[in-house]
Amino acid sequence: MDREAAIKRSNLSEAELQLIEKYLGRSPTVEEIGMFGALWSEHCGYKNTKPLIKKLPTKGKHLLQGPGENAGVIKVGEYAVAFKIESHNHPSAVEPYQGAATGVGGILRDVFAMGARPIAVLDSLRFGKVDSPRTRYLASGVIKGISDYGNRVGIPTVGGEVVFEDSYEENPLVNVMCVGIAKPEHIIKAVAKGEGNLLFYYGSKTGRDGLGGATFASAELSSEGEDQRPSVQVGDAFTEKLILEATLELIEKNLVIGIQDMGAAGLTSSSVEMAARGKSGIEIDIDKVPARASNMTAYEFLLSESQERMLACIEPSKLPEVEKIMQKWELDYAVIGKVTSTERVVVYEKGKVVADIPIRYLVDDVPTYIREVKKPSYLDEVRSLPSLHLPHDMTPLLKDLLKHPSIASKRWVYKRYDHMVQTNLLAEPMEAGGAMLRLKGTTIGLAMSTDGNGRYTYLDPYVGGMQAVAEATRNISCMGAEPYGITNCLNFGNPEKSHVYYQIAKAMEGMGKACEVLEVPVTGGNASLYNETDGEAILPTLIVGVVGAIEDYKKAVFSPFKAPGHTIYLLGKPREGLGGSMALKLLTGKIAGECPFLDIEEEKRLQKCIRELIAKELVISCQDVSDGGLAVALSECALMGGVGVRVETEGDISPEAFFFGESQSRLVISTLPQYEDTIKNICEHYDIPLTRLGTTTSDNTIHLTYGKRTISLSVQEARELYMTEYL
Amino acid sequence: MKTVKFGVVVFPGTNCDRDTSWVIQSVCKSEVRYVWHTETDISDLDVVILAGGFSYGDYLRSGAIAHYSPVMKAVKEHADRGKLVLGICNGFQILVESHLLKGAFLHNKTQHFLCQKQYLKVATTDSPFTMKYARDEVIQIPIAHGEGNYYLPQADLDEALTYDLIAFQYCDKQGVVNEETNPNGSTASIAGILNRQKNVLGMMPHPERSSEVEMGSTDGKKIFEGILQWIQSV
Repeated sequence: MDREAAIKRSNLSEAELQLIEKYLGRSPTVEEIGMFGALWSEHCGYKNTKPLIKKLPTKGKHLLQGPGENAGVIKVGEYAVAFKIESHNHPSAVEPYQGAATGVGGILRDVFAMGARPIAVLDSLRFGKVDSPRTRYLASGVIKGISDYGNRVGIPTVGGEVVFEDSYEENPLVNVMCVGIAKPEHIIKAVAKGEGNLLFYYGSKTGRDGLGGATFASAELSSEGEDQRPSVQVGDAFTEKLILEATLELIEKNLVIGIQDMGAAGLTSSSVEMAARGKSGIEIDIDKVPARASNMTAYEFLLSESQERMLACIEPSKLPEVEKIMQKWELDYAVIGKVTSTERVVVYEKGKVVADIPIRYLVDDVPTYIREVKKPSYLDEVRSLPSLHLPHDMTPLLKDLLKHPSIASKRWVYKRYDHMVQTNLLAEPMEAGGAMLRLKGTTIGLAMSTDGNGRYTYLDPYVGGMQAVAEATRNISCMGAEPYGITNCLNFGNPEKSHVYYQIAKAMEGMGKACEVLEVPVTGGNASLYNETDGEAILPTLIVGVVGAIEDYKKAVFSPFKAPGHTIYLLGKPREGLGGSMALKLLTGKIAGECPFLDIEEEKRLQKCIRELIAKELVISCQDVSDGGLAVALSECALMGGVGVRVETEGDISPEAFFFGESQSRLVISTLPQYEDTIKNICEHYDIPLTRLGTTTSDNTIHLTYGKRTISLSVQEARELYMTEYL
Repeated sequence: MKTVKFGVVVFPGTNCDRDTSWVIQSVCKSEVRYVWHTETDISDLDVVILAGGFSYGDYLRSGAIAHYSPVMKAVKEHADRGKLVLGICNGFQILVESHLLKGAFLHNKTQHFLCQKQYLKVATTDSPFTMKYARDEVIQIPIAHGEGNYYLPQADLDEALTYDLIAFQYCDKQGVVNEETNPNGSTASIAGILNRQKNVLGMMPHPERSSEVEMGSTDGKKIFEGILQWIQSV
């Protein structure tokens, strides 16, 4: 690699290069340029988002490990639960199968590197136009990639989202969350410390694949994206399964000081970040790194993103036992360096120093960019609602919503994932807004969900940021679980553009506010910026992953109506407006109007209220009102349960807002008639409006009357529409 | 009563070993140990279970590499002595590759991996594994596989029918067995099949995933109960 090419690949600006020269007091070597480029990228260095991240609330009563490690950790009963979400958007845009597969691989490693056994994966996916060939190509590749990788490793994919919106046409989103469990004493950190201790490499050999992935992921794509395929890594789920078992065995036998996976920026980021956490220095002998290809250079070894590789820090005396475990799992391994006290990273190639950098420059002194937060003009332009011609009979609109691939059942996706392996999942993925898993040997149910809404965040970034937290936590409260912590993935366009930076800053502010009010700490996150192609950015998409728990999983409730003769209530206040809704999008093709109403204090009361109702076993089923509004929520409960529903009510908002509006903080519950008074009292206590909507029936019809308007279709027809398979 | 000892074989890439031993230990209250694929002496075991997963990644034909593992020689000897062997999913594929059972596996007819709740018809009760069911009983045990399309040549199918070797067939809720209710294209909708001596069963559905109320079905538990009862009555 010549110097010019290294600079070009590094994505470092002229000013940043000058800063590096100033820090080092000399001009950097080719290897050093590569290392700075990787660690100063947004992906590793958060140079655009760090000042915003600092404002997020990171303390909570259930928290064991906050941001800064491979994953966040919360305490649930006698267990430590590690979880994190990460994006693999750019790789999936150019090579969907491998991009998505390695996305799963990377986040699994983040979790088991902490000592936790992965028990669940959830993925939030975004694709473009429903009818475009590119969407079909990307969706089938991404889903097959997740399926082939997750199934092989034996980690169930238990939930997530699949949403189609035009803006993701060129830039699909693949955000993967992994949740793992451990005994608290087995949680370890990604640290290298203790002078003379060894840097121990294990897993796959290093090849040239994925070279420069971190910098690639931190730049805009061009329509010549095909050329960037070599930047995409290739996954091997079988090796992943082996390093998973070997890693957990190393940690269980107390043989390691710290472990980190070689993810983005490979050996460079893992070694440097581990040393930084230990306030140590490291020496790496690059010729010791197991190589897949011949004649690889130090630059390539340092920046390769070959998959399924781990770096551990171990004491020399433990080496024989560590080697025995590697041999048992038939893994490649090598001692590639050692810990020093110099607080520098020094890299040797054939006995010659090719890089020598004080670690703080790479990790602590990442230039950060604080930009002006200026309200963009588009926000006012999109507020006016386009003219609407609503038909008198809204039944066809409900039918269109039920079969829309963003709303319809995702069974076609999750039946390709082994969602049952490990035998912990307590309800099929479509039967609840989130997933509920038992913790074997306890009564505890572990609840999790991933949510986010690009339409809302586009219309009002602050409310959209709050809403992502509100919906994710609501989805687990609806099952009776209390949210313990969140992780997040920021998917935005180019932060150097003023309107994009505004979206990022405001969405994060909203997320922080919601976390503060709902008392759920942020335990970590990931930023994927520059999701643009030829200057067109995606909808601002903040995805929130949440984990929580219920003490007795036998009390958990799910969405489907269970039997005829139950009373149906709406908890929460119906509000006027179709702004930002799926109905509006279907009717006009536009994302416009006021962002759906959300009062985060009201949300908090609602979630407390429903958790108390479920804890007191007063609720038979519960479903939140989200995309598609109340009519869709009621239909889903009916068609999943195979039970009819008859709603007769009236009110002072318009029928379209009642049926299809998406104002937040609303739930549909079914219950026994005799619980009415108790439920009323509890809702009054939390100041949550309660509306009796109707009853479940045995006539196999969804019959919804609001004032003089009626929507009516058979449960069978609704089910058929809802089960429409996109692929 | 005789204690029955189970062994669950672990190949690199096996991933249902823990689920299977959980059911044996915590649900059936029986003794179980893991058997590493390099072991050659398994004479302490009464029952060997080859659990589900992706042995050696199954990048080649499923089970094709696992059958060369040292433990498979011991498993054959175990079966030759008339002891019980149960192969679940990938375990079934390994039994076929090892010629402990006849036939071969193809990709599912949809070409996609398929994980779903599945109805099965119990085709025979004349085996240790199926003795606790009623003949033609419709049960629910989930499937999760990409290469579950079991192919059996006509002569072997005739033999299976003659000697009542078909254990389970895919069906719908009403017990209808036909092409429409066949999720993967298997010959004669076969979901599970026995060897001639009926001491070896291979099945694609996962009984360990339907042995507890929490999992939505307890129909799979009867397989383990049948095994226990049979060994204890011998």
